[in-house]
Amino acid sequence: MTKIVVVTSGKGGVGKTTTSAALATGLAQRGHKTTVIDFDVGLRNLDLIMGCERRVVYDLVNVINGDANLKQGLIKDKRVEDLFILPASQTRDKDALTLEGVEKVLEGLKDMGMEYIICDSPAGIEKGALTAAYFADEAVVVTNPEVSSVRDSDRILGILSSKTRKAELGEGDIPASLLLTRYSPERVERGEMLSVEDVKDILAIDLLGVIPESQAVLNASNSGAPVILDSESDAGKAYEDAVARFLGEQRPHRFLTANKKGLFGRLFGAQ
Amino acid sequence: MSIFSYLLPKKEKSASVAKERLQIIVARERATRGGPDYLPQLQEELLMVVRKYVAVDQDAINIQVDRESGCEILELNITLPDE
Repeated sequence: MTKIVVVTSGKGGVGKTTTSAALATGLAQRGHKTTVIDFDVGLRNLDLIMGCERRVVYDLVNVINGDANLKQGLIKDKRVEDLFILPASQTRDKDALTLEGVEKVLEGLKDMGMEYIICDSPAGIEKGALTAAYFADEAVVVTNPEVSSVRDSDRILGILSSKTRKAELGEGDIPASLLLTRYSPERVERGEMLSVEDVKDILAIDLLGVIPESQAVLNASNSGAPVILDSESDAGKAYEDAVARFLGEQRPHRFLTANKKGLFGRLFGAQ
Repeated sequence: MSIFSYLLPKKEKSASVAKERLQIIVARERATRGGPDYLPQLQEELLMVVRKYVAVDQDAINIQVDRESGCEILELNITLPDE
């Protein structure tokens, strides 16, 4: 049984690719055979985040067009067993990504025995994003605690409820869960940032996880190793929790409160 | 937060402003979600007709499509002004 998961958000720059990389890596670390596909045709970036940019020979569009077979297109991760990457094409022709073609690729991955297929959606609500979401069984909506991101996430939730294959077949909404990223408990406590409760109230979906704003995320992308592999870091641990919850484990949410300041700091306003 | 800020009058925190604004806009956008694309234009033209007879505000009209057990209901509310 293969589960297709779309990682989406509407807004750009909120952490879709970081999340796709971490989620796929986390699932594979737990022994689930997983492929992560970059759907951002024209703006390939997942390869950089996964650290395999120099090993890209063929891409998603090559496989769809039959220039390469699926096995040639897939890049096997060197750190984690059971993890495969299918990079996006750098072509500017957005029409290269057809629903029929994508379906064929997904069927091929199912035949290879993939347990999870993570679809890293491009930003926006155009064809690329719709194609990434169309075949999904489940959605992870990545959101920053910030007005435009929350609004766009709500918009994407509306689109997911009508534009997926399941919705078109009348099988109802696919389950969607919220992953709140770049969360800063200090700023929430000062009343300067929407809290996790605020965002949950507005979007009214289940919370998969909260990833704290962290230097570890930039370190990870700098070095091309998914942040979940940095298991000592707060963001790495938060992603590890999110993967566990994704697989049905119950885990309390961490990193939701600020480190307490001492009396001295509070009296003299050290920030 | 320093000791002096306790002496100053409290300003509304920006996060609560953000939440309030989001709740309003998201509710409004959900009301028209999934509806046919002609809805905004229909609303505009209906308002023009009503205005020929009564002076109503731009936001006095509320239009939405509800789905109930297989049938669609076009709901239209126009608030007429007090005399």
